[in-house]
Amino acid sequence: MPPSGPAAIAPAEMSVTSQQVRHIAKLARIAMSDEELARLEPELNNILGWVDQLAEVNTDGVEPLTAVIEQKLRLRDDVVNDGNIRDEVLANAPEAQHGFFAVPKVIE
Amino acid sequence: MSEITSKTIAELRAGLRAGEFSAREIAEAYNAAVAASKLLNAYTVETPEDALAAAEAADKARGQADLPSLAGIPLGIKDLFATRGVDTTAGSNILKGFKPPYESTVTANLRKAGAGMLGKLNMDEFAMGSSNETSAYGPVISPWRRKGSNVGLTPGGSSGGSAAAVAAEIAPGVTGTDTGGSIRQPAAFVGISGIKPTYGRCSRWGIVAFASSLDQAGPMAKTVRDCAILLEAMAGFDPKDSTSLDLPVPQWEKNLSSDLRGKRVGIPREYRIDGVPDDINALWDRGIEWLKDAGATPVEISLPHTKYALPTYYIIAPAEASSNLARYDGVRYGLRETGNDGLDGMYSATREAGFGAEVKRRVMIGTYVLSAGFYDAYFTKAQKVRTLIKQDFANAFKQCDVILTPTAPSAAFGIGETTDPLAMYLNDVFAVPASLAGLPAMSVPGGLDANGLPLGLHLIGNELDEQTVLDAGLAIEERAGFTARPEKWW
Repeated sequence: MPPSGPAAIAPAEMSVTSQQVRHIAKLARIAMSDEELARLEPELNNILGWVDQLAEVNTDGVEPLTAVIEQKLRLRDDVVNDGNIRDEVLANAPEAQHGFFAVPKVIE
Repeated sequence: MSEITSKTIAELRAGLRAGEFSAREIAEAYNAAVAASKLLNAYTVETPEDALAAAEAADKARGQADLPSLAGIPLGIKDLFATRGVDTTAGSNILKGFKPPYESTVTANLRKAGAGMLGKLNMDEFAMGSSNETSAYGPVISPWRRKGSNVGLTPGGSSGGSAAAVAAEIAPGVTGTDTGGSIRQPAAFVGISGIKPTYGRCSRWGIVAFASSLDQAGPMAKTVRDCAILLEAMAGFDPKDSTSLDLPVPQWEKNLSSDLRGKRVGIPREYRIDGVPDDINALWDRGIEWLKDAGATPVEISLPHTKYALPTYYIIAPAEASSNLARYDGVRYGLRETGNDGLDGMYSATREAGFGAEVKRRVMIGTYVLSAGFYDAYFTKAQKVRTLIKQDFANAFKQCDVILTPTAPSAAFGIGETTDPLAMYLNDVFAVPASLAGLPAMSVPGGLDANGLPLGLHLIGNELDEQTVLDAGLAIEERAGFTARPEKWW
């Protein structure tokens, strides 16, 4: 196994509190009951505790991977190449009105 | 028509050209087999008229010299591929009723090659799972059973419906997708072949996104040759996918050769891990002998960061998933739950009702590792380890041409038997490193374990070298003589 150098990251507190689980659910926009949050807390901590083993890998001077297979990112020509398909775009909308996606009122 | 459904794609192709049967007969045989397979729960939608329409076109074109490669071959399509006008739900309630107004590039390519569609295949929700148990449609039941038992087994996942369909001969070939083993592990569990090509070979356009830096489409079929035929039709440059490789598609089928003289086969010592059944290690040893018999030279290699691949994957894949799945908000397609708290409440209520437990778990993990204060410690760290994993393979391929390992650390397990998420993740311990490095990798059946269940051998090739992977797969196929099929109970 690769040596873990003294600079290997060992974050002080890599577990989540119930407060944090509630906050993550809010960030993820998933409504959750107190029971669900309570069930998730140990599950998430189990997984996070397990991925914490990456801290023992010495990554000093290692660049984070950005391209899986080396290639130049292409630019396309700056031209309109589709459009006039409003009805197709709206066809799957749970609610569409007057040619728009409709959502609950956001401005009083 | 059981004769027709037991044939390989290469045999169907030849028989059709020789006039032994019509494309209509092929489509009808498969449509009937599909309709009689409800107990397997492999198909989420059946499209017999689609298969018949393609058959009609093929029969009309028969006798033409340039009949396309898949003319008159009906295929099963994983529910992750957008198919125009046909329900595409990624196995999730949140996409219930979604009928794409467009066709994915991969399925469009298959159609261009003359293939028809038998239906959409069940899968783990958003391809997140290794047993097909996270599907909103319920689990696929493997056609295989343990000797003397009628316990329902999983076909693996996430391409579980795809795997079961080929094994049960309710499709001659299928599409799968592989983010961290989702083609290879199910292929191994049901005794068929499946290949994930180099990242970028198959366009991701129109495939419901899970983890975009890992997702790759690939074929699953009875034989290595069939996989080569299908992959040639699926692959190709697509300007609509920014990571699509702008390279010609090699003639993998034409160049297939099981003569491995001069090839070196790497055997990574880090893949000998505790807790793997003896049957699997014994098969691995037989695989080495088979490749030696084909002319290859085995060399011991080291992939030092293997142990860190799975935890790296379980940071990167959920991070990308949490970002990709942000689009399911109840506005543009799929499910909407209004909740009682305005627009934000609608988002949260929709996602609560629409996502299953495993998807929620991964979106939560992904949200956390990308959140302020934790991004560097988790996500950046994982991307650095991913660089090291990729370097491990680059170093290994200086010493060898292809790598041989087992596909999965166990044979198929029973439905409901694995409840701990971490234990489930370990299914992909041998598959995930190649995914992180974007390398082509394939599973081919090697034999049966003591319970009579299939076991797979796993070949990993260098970037863009699908040919050596397929060649070594063919060498194993010819020597393993794997002809076992599940006894029909469905």
